Amino acid sequence: MNKINLIIWREFITRVRKPSFLIMTILGPVLIAGGILLTAWIGSKEGTDHKVLVIDTEGVIGTKLKDGKAVSFFLDGHTWSDSAFKASPYTVRVNLLADVINNPQADLYYKTLPSEFAMATIRTELEKAIELTKLRDEGINKDAYDRVRKPLDLKKFDIEKVGTQSFAQERALIGFFFGYFMFIFIFMYGVQVMRGVMEEKQSRIVEVLISSVKPFQLMMGKIIGIALVGFTQFVLWIGITATMMVIGLAVIAGDQYDPKQLAEQGVTAEMQAQLLKEQGVDAGAFDQSVITDLIEQINIPLVLAVFLFYFICGYLLYSSLLAAIGSAVDSETDTQQFMFPVTVPMIIAIIIAQMAVYNPESPAVLWCSLIPFTSPIVMMVRVAMGSAPMWQLALSMVLLILTFIGTTWLAGRIYRTGILMYGKKVSWKEMGKWLTYKG
Amino acid sequence: MIQLEGIVKRYGAFTALDGITMEVPTGKVFGLLGPNGAGKTTLIRIITRITGPDEGRILMDGRPMSAEDVSIMGYLPEERGLYKKMKVGEQAVYLARLKGLSKADATARLKDWFERWEMSSWWNKKVEELSKGMAQKVQFITTVLHEPKLLILDEPFSGFDPINAELVRSEILRLRDLGITVMLSTHGMASVEELCDSIGLIDRSKLMLNGSVQDIRRQYATNTYRVDIKGSRIALANALSFTGELIDAQEHGENLTARVRLGKGSTLNDVLRQLLPAVEVHGVQEEIPRMHDIFIKVVSEKQPDSITKGMTE
Repeated sequence: MNKINLIIWREFITRVRKPSFLIMTILGPVLIAGGILLTAWIGSKEGTDHKVLVIDTEGVIGTKLKDGKAVSFFLDGHTWSDSAFKASPYTVRVNLLADVINNPQADLYYKTLPSEFAMATIRTELEKAIELTKLRDEGINKDAYDRVRKPLDLKKFDIEKVGTQSFAQERALIGFFFGYFMFIFIFMYGVQVMRGVMEEKQSRIVEVLISSVKPFQLMMGKIIGIALVGFTQFVLWIGITATMMVIGLAVIAGDQYDPKQLAEQGVTAEMQAQLLKEQGVDAGAFDQSVITDLIEQINIPLVLAVFLFYFICGYLLYSSLLAAIGSAVDSETDTQQFMFPVTVPMIIAIIIAQMAVYNPESPAVLWCSLIPFTSPIVMMVRVAMGSAPMWQLALSMVLLILTFIGTTWLAGRIYRTGILMYGKKVSWKEMGKWLTYKG
Repeated sequence: MIQLEGIVKRYGAFTALDGITMEVPTGKVFGLLGPNGAGKTTLIRIITRITGPDEGRILMDGRPMSAEDVSIMGYLPEERGLYKKMKVGEQAVYLARLKGLSKADATARLKDWFERWEMSSWWNKKVEELSKGMAQKVQFITTVLHEPKLLILDEPFSGFDPINAELVRSEILRLRDLGITVMLSTHGMASVEELCDSIGLIDRSKLMLNGSVQDIRRQYATNTYRVDIKGSRIALANALSFTGELIDAQEHGENLTARVRLGKGSTLNDVLRQLLPAVEVHGVQEEIPRMHDIFIKVVSEKQPDSITKGMTE
């Protein structure tokens, strides 16, 4: 076996075998899926069935309020004293203010705080009832009003691609997701590279190693080996998380949104959509055809190829710099001053990438998608969005490759001197000098 | 085995090695000596190709050394360590494979060594569970496992107890007898006399002494003899007359042990000719200086401020 393969193998196998890898592999998805599922569950689960007493002294509400999931309404025209409410079986009391028609305001008193879900049901029902009364008072026909109130459906079309609706923003979000994944990966595993280099330096094994292999081989072997650990971990995470999400959502959804069960409770389909919308899930807008259109619009092979390219080059760029830092310092605490200039471009990249989602044509986005230290993340958004001309993409890639070769070369030179340098507080100037030393 | 020709190494303004020219003879034990910070480790790193010289060249068996020559070297650095979290056996196999041994070959040889040094039970232990001395033994084995032709040991005895130091010492001699060239750096002058056939002494980046231990010691001999006699100090002093000078003497009852330096132009025979009629001579032995004394003489004489310099470097 080639020496660099041996190094890669050792870096990989020792890390994968660690108990912490197994724990993280299981814990990661549990935390991610668990976090999502828990919020979904808490958001939807009602601790108690709310009996809502609506005090309507003016008789504003003319229709029956429809009960929702875990919410049932009771209308009363008399004022209730606080003590009477406390003694009653009702859990929530809503006082509609006297002038609620002109000044839409109501006070809600509760024994147990209703969930956002229940609050939404209460608000929607009351709004609808008050609206009806207003329409009647103004003499407006309900059907006419509904026709008037229809929102404008503003569809976007790219003039170059007439015929299909443009989902640039949605595509940009997908690009941002890829970019964000890159950011997390580069950070997590780049720091591992740095720690690994420091470990070899601190345990003093490095001099034995570089009498067998070239320092550059040792550095690259470590970088590649750790990347493979990361890939393995992420593949496992995605697999486990997806499985857990599917099972978990099925359980929660089966519990909460069973249409039959809801129908039994007198909840209409419209109401269900309304409820989902209240929770940020726009059921109407997100119908099947939109999703297919969106997927059709993304050049999946291109996006994946670009992602792989930027991901690998970006990781190599940053991890080689972090390896150089690890080689130059004696202890973790000394890394701070050198870490700062490396992390800043990454954070700028994430901020600009966020900007790119909403304002893809801004000059900052253009420049950052070309400058190598920020280009992996920012260009990802532009490519997914389809707003980057080919020449810009090519230029950005060439620049990134050149920079990556340059930084790896620089890092290699700092590394081979740094790993043998002990007990010296290293400065930037000192590191600069190392570049001129003859290997 | 190795010839160094005018090796110069600079780190910025600091010259770590200044024109080192010397030879490490094949199949012998060569001692690389010098005070701390003299440039020994830098020289070793140049030979092991960890770093390159700014000037000069290295010949290996007469031809310029190449990158492949590293595989016939075994190097035990002064600053040594192992991966703490890795198991002993697995780690040793890994290090051997980096030197080019196959997995099966490395495992077989290691099992053999571990048996011989009675450490088979350590195979599946993590390095962090071993004592420092135990880890050092593992490291020594990994250095010699691939049967290098040139073995470079930087301070091989540091960190060993006397029993293990003896084990390493006898192993070095065994390897030498197998025809392996050994280059070792040490501060223990007693082990230099015991082990080394020849030495090179570096001080402040320059080569101060180079040659066989025998020759060097003789070269530094001061024509001083230890003479055991029966008789008085006065009788001895009178008998010496102009052939020699009495440096000091210790009386043990009737007997006397004296140190005598030969006078200019006289030989030991001249001295004895004078002594024999006057006193009863029991024994005569030349005092050859210890490496320890030569080291101190060479290092301190060239630089009276050596002690303070040594501290700051």
